[in-house]
Amino acid sequence: MRMSRIVRTAADILYPTILIFGLYIIAHGHLTPGGGFQGGAVIATAGALVIVAYSYAEVREWLSGKVLMGQEVIGLVGFIGVALIAFAFGQVFFFNYLNASGSLFGIPVPYGINAGELNTGGFVPLMNFAVGIEVWGGLTLVLIYMLSGLEKEVC
Amino acid sequence: MKKMLIVAASLLILAAFFGVMAMTFSFGSPKMTDMDDYFLRHGQEQTGTNNQCTSVTFDFRGFDTLGESTVLFCAIIGVALMFRKMQAGDEHENE
Repeated sequence: MRMSRIVRTAADILYPTILIFGLYIIAHGHLTPGGGFQGGAVIATAGALVIVAYSYAEVREWLSGKVLMGQEVIGLVGFIGVALIAFAFGQVFFFNYLNASGSLFGIPVPYGINAGELNTGGFVPLMNFAVGIEVWGGLTLVLIYMLSGLEKEVC
Repeated sequence: MKKMLIVAASLLILAAFFGVMAMTFSFGSPKMTDMDDYFLRHGQEQTGTNNQCTSVTFDFRGFDTLGESTVLFCAIIGVALMFRKMQAGDEHENE
């Protein structure tokens, strides 16, 4: 059952906004409060919003469960993979090999108060992205699975 | 009556325990600060993150976050198992 045109228009506007805000929280996880889990949970609320505004059957036409499951798997495997690459540098598991290396996310950070550069943090931003993608897929998938048990169309 | 007395006594004992704990240990000045100091002093240089919470969860305690991700993955697999669709006429789900 679809809700009124006002609600649907508001959901259309808010859906990309929530997506961008969640990705911002994920991308700035190493500078500001937040991180992968929090940003992924924020993005999962966007899925709940469109399911409330439109109907479950209508949302399922473009929101594929396979893609979400793939996201979840890619997130978890990417998380372990990024941690495993440390072995290639002759270091231990979960060693931050990218920190202060000068390459991607490799600007060194001094001790104390600083302005905060996005290109810092070593592999922490990569981990944030992996966990964020996983939580995004996972929580939306839980929502979809639970709504798939509906006997009749209520939302 | 006796039950009520026992409940009241245990509640009193609990309240006294937590009251004594709250009075003895002052908030914001922990007794052992070695590890906190290490994280705060070296976290920025060793992990390159300004947000020290993220530096702990994703770098110093990366294993913890790996376990969390795995728990989330297993929870979603459990939900998927609970809400799977059975074909019409199936008596056993594993066929």
